[in-house]
Amino acid sequence: MRVMVMVKATEDSEAGLLPSTEMLEAMGRFNEELVQAGIMLAGEGLKPSSRGKRVAFDGPGRTIIDGPFTETRELVAGFWLWEVKDMAEALEWVKRCPNPMPGPSEIEIRPLYEMSDFGAALTPELAEREERLRERTAGR
Amino acid sequence: MTNEAHPAIEAVFRIERARLIGGLARLVRDVGLAEELAQDALLAALAEWPRSGVPRNPGAWLAATARRRAIDGFRRSRMLARRHAELGLMLEAESTAGAEAIENAMDDDIGDELLGLIFAACHPLLSPEARAALTLRLIGGLTTEEIARAFLAHEPTIAQRIVRAKRTLGEASLSFAVPRGAERKARLASVLEVLYLVFNEGYAATAGEDLTRPALCAEAQRLGRILAALLPEEPEVHGLLALMEIQASRLAARTGPDGALIPITEQKRGRWDRLLIRRGLVALARAETLGGAEGPYALQAAVAACHARARRAEETDWPRIAALYDRLGEVMPSPVVELNRAVAHSMAFGPEAGLRLIDALETVPALRSYAPLPAARGDFLFRCGRLAEARAAFERAATLTRNGRERAFLLRRAAACG
Repeated sequence: MRVMVMVKATEDSEAGLLPSTEMLEAMGRFNEELVQAGIMLAGEGLKPSSRGKRVAFDGPGRTIIDGPFTETRELVAGFWLWEVKDMAEALEWVKRCPNPMPGPSEIEIRPLYEMSDFGAALTPELAEREERLRERTAGR
Repeated sequence: MTNEAHPAIEAVFRIERARLIGGLARLVRDVGLAEELAQDALLAALAEWPRSGVPRNPGAWLAATARRRAIDGFRRSRMLARRHAELGLMLEAESTAGAEAIENAMDDDIGDELLGLIFAACHPLLSPEARAALTLRLIGGLTTEEIARAFLAHEPTIAQRIVRAKRTLGEASLSFAVPRGAERKARLASVLEVLYLVFNEGYAATAGEDLTRPALCAEAQRLGRILAALLPEEPEVHGLLALMEIQASRLAARTGPDGALIPITEQKRGRWDRLLIRRGLVALARAETLGGAEGPYALQAAVAACHARARRAEETDWPRIAALYDRLGEVMPSPVVELNRAVAHSMAFGPEAGLRLIDALETVPALRSYAPLPAARGDFLFRCGRLAEARAAFERAATLTRNGRERAFLLRRAAACG
């Protein structure tokens, strides 16, 4: 199964504090292990929310909100996509990750939805439309 | 701790197992014994960790436990006196420097131990089937039952195959070292062949009712990714990985709701896995950068990439695919490549071009009962409007295939000829 593994933001990451050489080295080694285990599909780090934007939806209304956003602990500072056998394997790998932040921090693991998870709510017509949409956006 | 610890312990073991067996195989020079020692270490962990908690470095704990057992075993049976001396030294080192030294030693050549095991499991001494079974067992961690199910074989057959393979390797007294230089090239070809065999067994199930066994594809991909990480300078490793990633991107689109095979030109491309396509294209670019564009796997991956890049079937660059098959036919001549080349030419230059190339294949003994040959001929004839001949070709193909879904597909095509 695929999981998204999210490194949650901290005040340091939100302040744009870049990781130390030591941290980069430790994280580099960990990433290498993930690659050598054949489970890493993708991974990126995100700039602080002060560089981000939000669009708030309310009925037909659309309001643009500039970062930074206040709920620091709920923000994401980076993510991986892994292919693992089950949640236990994902947990074991996350436990091996060096603490990604100078202070206390959290990493969250979320399994990805697959088409089959939507069941009856995804009617054949909706599935068809979703596929056509993907076809159009799939170009390179 | 409760039983909830077990999934965690099993996850640790899944992560550590192959590396552990690789390290032990070097020590005892016997892959069967190495596997038993690893299994013993797991049992010890299952007994101890629920009480003591999972150690901070579980891999080192497992390795130290297994090594201690190896040494105890050698002490008890004094059969291997020569090696006893070597092991005595090791034991001494262990008691003085402790687990940390072993941990460091293991960390130094993590990749080498795993790689050595992969090369051993795929040793040319073994038949390709035995290599595949042993690789899935030792590196993939599949049980005998799972391997038997994957290859639609009886469990005792696979068990026997694995036992014999281990014995053959044991008698050869391999060093479990990673081959270098010219030897590596030949041995690597054998490894790649095994991975692709496993992948294909999953992708195009040769028999039975299911057309694909995706778990087997996923395992082959994982092994390919591991190999690419361990041998980053080998272009054909990236070529094979690219081929597997791109082909696997179509798994969800290849079969309809009734389980029937859908040809690539009729697949819903929105269901193709873009992440895998992207990974495949990156791997292909890597193979080409390393000077491997002409490798057999890279060429096949380049064909797969042509399909992946086409947003709609009509946009497929068939002349390029035909040219790639021309080249592949020179680099890796085979009747099956010729058949695919004929199909590509029929798409690029018309069904008559396909028929001209396929005529030469009718007398090739290897293809005498190969269903895709009459299936392709049927398709070319159908497109030429020669419906009666097309129908006969599809019907012949249907009698040759061992796959139930494919037979149904071919019979539908025969019926469509009126």
